[in-house]
Amino acid sequence: MRRHWLAAALVVLGSSLPARADEPWRDTLAKARGQTVYWNAWGGDERTNAFITWVGGEVRARYGITVQDVKLSDTAEAVTRIIAEKTAGRDKDGSVDLVWINGPNFLAMKQQDLLHPPFAGRLPSMRFVDTINKPSTMVDFTLPTEGMESPWRMAQFVFNYDSARIADVPRSMQGLAAWASKHPGRFTHPDVQDFLGVTFLKQALVELAPEPALLQRPATDATFAAATEPLWAWYDGLKPHLWHGGTDFPASGPAERALLNDGEIDLSVSFDPAEAAGSIEAGLLPATVRTSALQNGSIGNTSFVAIPFNAPHPEAAMVVADFLLEPSTQAHAQDIRVLGSFTVLDLAKLSPEQRQIFTALPTNPALPTNAELGPVLLEPHPSWMTRITEEWRRRYTH
Amino acid sequence: MATPLHPLSPARPWRARIAIAGLAGTLIILLLPLGAGFLGTVLPAFGILPAIGTGEVGLTPWRDLAASPGFATSLRLTLVTGLASTALAFALTVGFFASHRQLLGGRLAEALLAPLLASPHSAIAVGLAFLLAPSGWLARLVSPWPSGWTVPPDLVTIHDPWGIALTIGLVVKETPFLVLVTLAALNQVDAPSILRTGAALGYRRRSAWLKLVLPLIYPQIRLPIYIVLAFSLSVVDMALVLGPGNPPTLAVAAVRWFNAPDVTRYPMAAAAALLVLVVVMAAIGFWRVVEMGLARAGRRWIATGRRWHPAIELGEVLATGVFAALALGIAALASMVVWSFAWRWPFPHRLPVEWTVALWTQQASSLTGPLINTIGLALATTAMSLAVAIAAFEILENHSFALPAVVRAAALPLLLPQVAFQFGAQVLLVGLHLDGDLIGVCWLQMAFVLPYVLLALADPWRALDGRYARSAAALGASQVRILLAIKLPILLRPLLIAGAIGFAVSVAQYLPTLFAGGGRIATLTTEAVTRSSGGDRRVVGLLVTLQAALPMLIYGAALVIPKVLYANRRGMAGAA
Repeated sequence: MRRHWLAAALVVLGSSLPARADEPWRDTLAKARGQTVYWNAWGGDERTNAFITWVGGEVRARYGITVQDVKLSDTAEAVTRIIAEKTAGRDKDGSVDLVWINGPNFLAMKQQDLLHPPFAGRLPSMRFVDTINKPSTMVDFTLPTEGMESPWRMAQFVFNYDSARIADVPRSMQGLAAWASKHPGRFTHPDVQDFLGVTFLKQALVELAPEPALLQRPATDATFAAATEPLWAWYDGLKPHLWHGGTDFPASGPAERALLNDGEIDLSVSFDPAEAAGSIEAGLLPATVRTSALQNGSIGNTSFVAIPFNAPHPEAAMVVADFLLEPSTQAHAQDIRVLGSFTVLDLAKLSPEQRQIFTALPTNPALPTNAELGPVLLEPHPSWMTRITEEWRRRYTH
Repeated sequence: MATPLHPLSPARPWRARIAIAGLAGTLIILLLPLGAGFLGTVLPAFGILPAIGTGEVGLTPWRDLAASPGFATSLRLTLVTGLASTALAFALTVGFFASHRQLLGGRLAEALLAPLLASPHSAIAVGLAFLLAPSGWLARLVSPWPSGWTVPPDLVTIHDPWGIALTIGLVVKETPFLVLVTLAALNQVDAPSILRTGAALGYRRRSAWLKLVLPLIYPQIRLPIYIVLAFSLSVVDMALVLGPGNPPTLAVAAVRWFNAPDVTRYPMAAAAALLVLVVVMAAIGFWRVVEMGLARAGRRWIATGRRWHPAIELGEVLATGVFAALALGIAALASMVVWSFAWRWPFPHRLPVEWTVALWTQQASSLTGPLINTIGLALATTAMSLAVAIAAFEILENHSFALPAVVRAAALPLLLPQVAFQFGAQVLLVGLHLDGDLIGVCWLQMAFVLPYVLLALADPWRALDGRYARSAAALGASQVRILLAIKLPILLRPLLIAGAIGFAVSVAQYLPTLFAGGGRIATLTTEAVTRSSGGDRRVVGLLVTLQAALPMLIYGAALVIPKVLYANRRGMAGAA
C-alpha cells in the first residue's frame, strides 16, 4: 500500500515540478495583480480567521491581490454553491476562487468535476513541501491530490485535558473507555456530523480494526461490517459514560473546547496539536490545560486549498496558494501566538536562514514536541468516513 | 374612515388602473424569488436535479427521508416545539392582558419589549444558551454556594432531546411580539368601557376580558399568531443553538442535508424542506380547527352567564410567565454584553475574572464590512418597503376591499418556511448573476421586510382621519401635496416605527442573506451564526451586542424623533 501511493505522489510531483521563477509563473503573477480572491474557509475558528486577514494584508502589499474571506459554517456550503452555479450554467465567473478543503469535500468536488485543472505543480514553493515524511500532503484521505489542491497546514489527532483536575490521561482508545467509566460525564466528542467527531471514531477504528490495511481501500458492505464490529462494541461500552450520557454532543471542535473551558468536561479531543497552547495564549482555555498524544500514533491529515472549475480569478488564487507555502508564511502560521499549525514543509529543503525562523519560534508548556506526538497514521478512504457517520446515525439516533 | 362619501379628486380610471397594475407588478417581482425557490425545491424533492445527474423522477427522496434514522423523532420534535411554543406564547399573552390593567401600558411596555423585539432570534438564542447551560449564568449564580457545584453538574439543559430549551427560546422571543400586536389590536376597541360594563354586570376583570374583549380582538391577532406558528415550526438559527442535534428538528435536518458533502443527499434535503412546508400548513389548519372548537365552547360558556371559572385563576400564573419570559430574554442579552468585555470568565464565577476591551479593538477592523453591509441592507430594504407600502395605501385607498387582500398576500412569505425555497432562489439569482450581490440580497430580504412594514402601517393608515385630506383637497391641494404635506407628517410616528420594525427584520435575516449573498455578503447575523459554531463566546457576545444594539438605536430614534420635531404640537408628538 505504502509504495503504491508514494509512487503515485512521485509521478504527480515529477511531471509538474516547476523550473525556478519560470516564465509562466511570471505571467501568472502579472495576471494576478489587481484581482480579488474570494477565499471560502470554515469560519468557526477565530485564530484562522485572523490568519486569513493577515494573509490578505501580505498579498495585497506584495502581489497587489485583495483577499475576501468568505466565512462558512460548513465547508460543504461552498460545494453546494458551486453546484448551484453549475445548475444555473455558470461555467465561468463563479463566486469562489479558493476554498479550504480536504477529504470528503475534495472527493465530492473531484467526482462532480467541480475543480480547476491541476495547478499545484506550478507553484514555485511546492518544492519545499515534505512529500516523504508527510505523505498526506500528496494523498488526501487515500486520494492522490493530482495537483488539484495545494497543502497549507498539518493536523493530527490529540487529547487536551485540564491538568488541574486530572492526571491519569488515557494513551489509547481502549484506555479512554476505561477512563470514562471511572470519570463518567467528564468526556465527550463532537457530533459525528462534524469532521472532528467522525475523526474521533476513525481513530478508534484504526486502533481496533482487525485488518487496518483494508481501510486504505474503498469500504464495501462486507469489509465495513467486519472492520467496524470491534468499534461499535467499544463505543457501546463508552457511550453511557459520555457527557450528558451520550444523548447530545457539541457541534464542533471549538464548541467542545468551550466545554473544556467552562469545566463541563475534563478531557477533549482536538485535531490540532497546538490548539491548547494557542488557546491558552488567547484566553480561551485555562492555563492548566495540556496536550497528550496517543502511544501508538494517531490519525493525521493535511488541510488544502483548491480552486473551483469556474473560479473567476484562478491566477490570483494560485498566487495566494503559493504564498501559503512560502517558508516565512509557514513559520508565521506555526507560531503559537498566531495559528500554531505544524508546517507542511520539509525543513531540510530550506536554506539555513529559513530554518532559523522555525527554530526561533516561541514555545509553551502545553505544546507537544514532534517526538511526543508520535507517528502519523493514515486517514482511511473517505467512504469509511461517510459510512461511519451513517452507521453511527443508524445505531444511535432514535 | 377610509372611503370618502364623495371622492373629491375626479376619478381618472386609466391612471388608477396603471397605478394598480404597477403595484401588482412590484409585488409579483418581490415574490418571484420565492416562486422560483419553491420550484427549485419541489423538482429535486421528486428526483429532478440534472446537475448531479439524478434525472429519475419518483418518490425515492421521500422514501429515503422516511427511512432516515430518527425521522419520526424529528417530525414529532418539530410539531411539539412549534405548537407548544406558539400555544404557550399565546396563553401567556392572554393571561397577561386579562390580568393587568395599566401596569404595562405605554412607555414601560415599550422599554421592556423593545430590546426583545429588536434583537434577532439568533442573538437571543445564543444568550439563552449561555444562561441555561449547566455551566451557564443561572448555575453560576447558585455556585458554589448554595448548590455545592465546583464543577458544572452533568445535567442536560440546553439541546435537550425533548426540545424544552428550544420551546423556551421561542416563547421568550415570540411572546413580546404577540404582546405588541395585542396592544395594537386593543387600540382598535374601547376595552376600558367594555370592561366597565362587564364589571357593572358583576364580572370580575379576567372573566370580562376573556368573554368580552378577546372575541373582539382575536380576528386581528390571528394572522400574527399564524406567522408565529409558521416561524416556530421552521426556525433554523434558534434550533441550531438551543435544539437537540441527534436528531434535530426537520428544518435543521434539511439544512444539514443540503450542506452535506455527499451531494446525493440533495433530493432528500429538498423533500425534508417540502415536508416542513406541509407541516406548517397542517399546523395552521389544526390551529384553525381548535380555534373554532374553542370559540363554540366559549360561546356556550359566555351564554351560561357564570361569573367565575377555576381556570381563570391561572391568569395570574400566566401573567407572571410573561414577566419571566421578558426577564430571561433581557438577562440573556445582558450576559452577552458582559461576555464581550471578558477575557477570562471561568465557572463558577458570577462575573468575569479578567476584563478587557481587547475584543472590541481586535474585531473592529474585521467587523466594519459586516456592519456596513448590515446597515446598508437594512436602510435600503426599509426605505423601499416604506415606499411600496405608502404607494400601496395611496393607490388602494379608494378600494377598501383590495387593501386587506394585498396586505394578506404580501404576508404570504411569512407563512412559508424559509428552508423550502432557499436552494431554488439561489439558482435563480445565480442565473441572473445577482448572487453574492447586494442587489440580490436586498431582493430576497424585501420578501420578508415588506410584509412587516405593511402590517405595521395598515392600521394607522386606516385610522387616519379622512377629513384632513378632504379639507386640503377642498383648498385645492393635489393628491401628491396632500400626501407629502398632510398625511405623511401626521403619520410620522407610525411610519418611523414601521421603519424600525423593517430595519430589525432585515438585520435578523439569516438564511436569505446566506443564500442570496453566496456567502460573500457578510452581515452581523451571518457572522454571529457562523461564529456561534466556534468556541469563542466573547466574540459571539460582541456580535450579539451589536446585533441587538443596532435595531434598538433605530427604535429609540423612531420614538424620539417625533417628540423632538413636534415638541410644540401636542397632538402629533404622542401615541398615534
